Order: sequence, then structure tokens, then C-alpha cells
Amino acid sequence: MNVSWVLAWRNIWRHRRRTWLTVGAMVFCNVLLVFLVSLQLGSYQMMIDGSLAAYTGHIQVQRRGYHDDQHIYQSVPAVMELASSLRSVPGVGEVAARAEAFALASSAQRSFGILLTGVQPGYEPAVSTFPGKVREGRYLQADDAREIVIGALLAQNLKAGVGDELTFIGSGRDGSFAAAVATVVGILDTGLEEVDRSMAQIPLGWFQQVFAMGDAGHSVVIRVPSLEQVGDTAAGLRAALAGRNELVVLDWERLMPGLRQAITSDMASAWFTYGVLVLLVAFSVLNTQLMSVLERTREFGVMLALGMRPAQLARLVGMETLMLAALGLGLGVAGGGLLAAYLSYAGFVYPGVEEMMARFMLGGRIYPQLSPVSLLAGPLTVFLGALLAALYPALRLFRLQPVAAMRAL
Amino acid sequence: MSDISCRDLCKTFHQGGDTITALDRVCLEIEEGEFVCLSGPSGSGKTTLLNALGGLDTPDSGEIAIGEHRLDGMSRAELADMRLRHIGFVFQSYNLITVLTARENVEFIMQVQGVPARERTRLASGVLAEVGLAGLENRRPAELSGGQQQRVAVARAIATRPALVLADEPTANLDSRSAAQLMDLFVSLNRERGVTFVISTHDARVMRYARRLIGMRDGRIVSDERQQPIAMDI
Ligand SMILES: Nc1ncnc2c1ncn2[C@@H]1O[C@H](COP(=O)(O)OP(=O)(O)OP(=O)(O)O)[C@@H](O)[C@H]1O
Ligand SMILES: [Mg+2]
Repeated sequence: MNVSWVLAWRNIWRHRRRTWLTVGAMVFCNVLLVFLVSLQLGSYQMMIDGSLAAYTGHIQVQRRGYHDDQHIYQSVPAVMELASSLRSVPGVGEVAARAEAFALASSAQRSFGILLTGVQPGYEPAVSTFPGKVREGRYLQADDAREIVIGALLAQNLKAGVGDELTFIGSGRDGSFAAAVATVVGILDTGLEEVDRSMAQIPLGWFQQVFAMGDAGHSVVIRVPSLEQVGDTAAGLRAALAGRNELVVLDWERLMPGLRQAITSDMASAWFTYGVLVLLVAFSVLNTQLMSVLERTREFGVMLALGMRPAQLARLVGMETLMLAALGLGLGVAGGGLLAAYLSYAGFVYPGVEEMMARFMLGGRIYPQLSPVSLLAGPLTVFLGALLAALYPALRLFRLQPVAAMRAL
Repeated sequence: MSDISCRDLCKTFHQGGDTITALDRVCLEIEEGEFVCLSGPSGSGKTTLLNALGGLDTPDSGEIAIGEHRLDGMSRAELADMRLRHIGFVFQSYNLITVLTARENVEFIMQVQGVPARERTRLASGVLAEVGLAGLENRRPAELSGGQQQRVAVARAIATRPALVLADEPTANLDSRSAAQLMDLFVSLNRERGVTFVISTHDARVMRYARRLIGMRDGRIVSDERQQPIAMDI
């Protein structure tokens, strides 16, 4: 039997209530950290998934330079054939080709600038949630029909409804004048104001005719089954397109840099909060261990007199702190893990952020994401913080002289 | 090993402008196996002398040697090692670890000394039986009488087989019967194991056990007599 561990264990229970208060603070902090980090990672995941699912996709293949400078002539040749061929790249999920142009749309009464997208009606619904947001009428069907679907606010502004005709005017790839008349077949209500005010989609085949694109387009949009596969799939795509230097494979972080930035800045402010929390707990441990060392001065004096070294006393205090911290860690991880696991299954309503959630295409419930990181990162930091906090009381023992310590009250 | 010799030990304390001379050029020789009592009025320097002999405190000047070990000039760590391996201490009171049982108190110091775990339990039981505590090994100090607690302290002090035991007023908090039993224990350990004892006391009944009685006053040794220990039943 190792008496040191027995001694350390009994020492921490000399003051039951004080020990439980300290452990309780650690457990509370750990549960909170597990919950908050899970919630945070879960909402990032949902934010990314929601944002990318709406329109952008996980990966796009474009002409080199198009992403930074969206000129209609920066096009991808034979875009539909390229899309078909990319479907066979391993890991690639859904693929659809697109073309885009700015245009002026006019109804009988009014005109508005729009972002007109040529889409493949058969494939677009698999890479974007917009086709599913038809509020009135239907989505596009035939590849070359002279049909258009428009955003709800745009429809309102143009005073156009399903069945009405719209004229749009723009310039073709070769700089020529491009104009056509399309019948509105559907009104989309995505819930995103900017999109609903300016979006219009027509079939890609017809888009190519009107804008003198030939067989070209601007992007091939790719969705993979899960976010973790983006890296591998992008690498596979780059390998498949190795000979075609004019094309680039862009992943979502390049396509939507704002998303990563929003997450990074949100994380920075969250880390600050967590840091304060950990610091508070560390101070509570410091206080407890300092008191426990001070009130045992006499006993430590006797131990020193018997020939123990200050380092051995410090190790004893370290062992006691280790036990306290391990209790906090175990109970905190268990409690926080159960809470986060339950919420990751049942979901969780976060009042007051509906607007932000809508912006990132999220539903009303947040599902925290329980992972080794969200479960352990916080509690392990608290654990280390507690051990560090015990350094000061432990180091004080090195100043203790046996005779003076035994004379202490 | 346990021959103690000190020469010209001086120790002063400074307290609020006053200088207190606790030891004033003390010279002393104690031979192995002696049973010595230090007596003297309060403040005469008994504790200060014991602390110096045990390497708990360093004198301002003078020489101390225990066997071939010179204590003056030793570092803190060397002194701690000296105490751990060669000297047993029994203090007036409050000197057990309250959360450990009698056996664990004894085992703990053995563990610090590096006695292997398997031997510790056996040795601890043996020493506790030797001091008359068989059957009480698993009690904590709060569950023992003052006399029994002091016996645990004695068991702890001799567990590591030191050649020298220093006891500072070990009977001060004991009733006369417990005090007599503790002194009997000291005497028998002195006789059977040859352990050298130096015991400080105010108590005339304790002094009767000593074969050598050293009197102190104002930091000086004022008397040093050999006597026939009366309280011994041999
Ligand atoms: N740490 C200290 N600081 C100041 N003075 C001290 C200290 N230790 C001892 N003294 C003084 O030194 C002198 C000798 O003290 P010491 O404790 O050795 O006496 P003692 O003979 O053991 O007395 P008692 O019988 O009361 O235990 C006393 O005057 C005491 O006040
Ligand atoms: Mg004294």
C-alpha cells in the first residue's frame, strides 16, 4: 500500500464541504464548457452545411481567374460534358453545371438588375436548396425551354406572376447584345432577401444560346456527402483535371471566405469567455489548496522534522490537487457529455438568433455536436489549470523551516 | 555512531530589539546508549539544544557531531537526510498525522525512507506491538488516548532503528500513569535496543528515570550528574 496516496485522498476529505465546493466549481465549469464547445462546433457545422447547401456547393470547378473577376468570357468550355465526366471521380456526390450573367429584367411596368443563372434543371436540385423553395408555380424542367424562375421580391418589384412574360437584356460572351423573352413558371422564396430580390434562373441550354456561350458555362458545382470529404475529393478532382491548366478546383473556403472568417472571429471571442471561466476555476483551486496548506503548517513542520523533504510535501499537495482535478474532470466530462449527447439528439432552441440562423439557412433547432474535441478540450484545460494553480501553494512549502512551522498555530 | 559531542554551541534569537541568548557556549558529550534527561526552568534552552542536536535548527556557532557526522556545515537536505536515517523524534504533542491510522503513521515514515511496501506492514505491526499497541493499529490518533498517541509517535521514531531518539517534553500532556508507562517504554528500548535517549523535561518524576541528569539555566549547562535511576524495577 502506498501511504502517500491514502494520505492525499484523506487530506482532501478533511474539509468535505470545501472540497465539494471546489470540485463543484470544476464540474460546473466543465459541463458548461462541454456544452458550449459542442454547441459552438455544432452550430458551425450547421452554418457551413446550411450555407453551402443553399447554392454554392462544397467545391466548384471554374476557369482560372473567374472567381476573383467574374467576367462572362472567363468560361469553362463544354461545361455539361465536363460535369458528366466529373461524376465518375471517386467521392464526388452531386454535380451540376451553371452559367451566370448580369442582366436587366423588365416586365410590362418595371425594370430591375438581376443575376441570371443558367442551370441544368435535372441536376440543379441535387446541389442547391433553391429549387426546393418554389412558392408558386414550378421549377424549371426542360433543358432549353424559354422559361424563367425568379425570386419572390423580384417578382413583387416587377409586379410579375406565374405565366407573365419577362424580357431580359445583357451582353453575350462575345460582347454582342443578348436579349430574350421568357415566361415566368415559378416564384422562389429562399428567405434570403438579397437572393430573392435579384435571383433568376433559366435552363442552361437556352442560356448558352442567348448569351452566345456555345457549349460553355462558368462553373461545375459539386456536393460531397460530408464536409470532411471535401479535401480528399478536391484532391481527386485536381488529379482528374491535371492536364487542364485553365481550370481551377475551388473548395468552399475559397468560394465563401466570409464563412470561415465569421467562424474564426466567433471562435476568438468564445475562447476569451472560456479562458475567463477556466481562470476563475483555477483561482478557486488556488484558494482551496492555499488554505489547506496554511492550516497544515504544524503538520508539515512535523513531517519536515522527521526528515521529509519540502519536495515530498509539495508532491503530496500535487497529488491532492491531482485528485481534486481528476474528480472535477471525471464528473464534468460525464455530466457535460450526457447533456451534450442528449441535446445533440433532441436539438435545442436558441432564442433570439433566429435571424442569424435564417441567414445561414438553418432551421429553428441547433444540434450541438459532441466530439472528442468538444468533450475533452474544455475539461482538460480546467484540469491543467487546476494543477498549475496548485504550484503556488506547493512552492510555498519550500520556504518552510521545521522548527518555525511546528511553532505555528 | 550515536556518540554526541558539541562544543561551544551558541544560539541567539532576536525579538523586537531584544537579543535572547538561548544557548551560551554549550559543551556536551553523550555516549552511545546513554539515557539522559535535560531539565531546567522554562526558557532555559532545552528545546533549542535538542533542536540543534537533532539538526532541526542550526546554531549560530559551535560544533556538533553525531557519530562521524558533523552537523554544523551540513546543507538543509543533508540535515533532513540525517534526521530521516539516524535520529528519531518525539515531540510534546500534535505530532501524528491525524488522517492516518497508527499503522499508517508508522508506515509513512518508512515509505519515505524507502522501505519496501511488503516489509513496511510487517515491521510497522512489530513496532506497534513493541510499544504496547497491538490491536490498536487501525485506529486514528483521535481514537487513541494521549498516552497511546505518544506511543505511536515512539513507534514511528524507532521504526527506522535510529541510534538516537530526542524527545522534547514527551510527557507534558500525559497523566502520571501514562507518563510512567511511556518512560518505562523508553527505558526498555534503551536497554534492549541500545538506543540513546535525550529527553527534556520539567517533570521531576521523569527525571528519576534518567541515569544522567543535565541541568540547564539561561542557555548554559549548570549541572551534569550521574545518578542511579530510582524508578527502575531491576
Ligand atoms: N523562535 C524563537 N524566537 C525567539 N525566541 C526564541 C525562539 N525559540 C526560543 N526562543 C527563546 O529562547 C530561549 C530558550 O527557549 P527554549 O524553547 O529552548 O526553552 P525551553 O527550555 O525549551 O523552555 P520550555 O521549558 O518552556 O520549553 C527562551 O527565552 C525563548 O523565549
Ligand atoms: Mg521547550
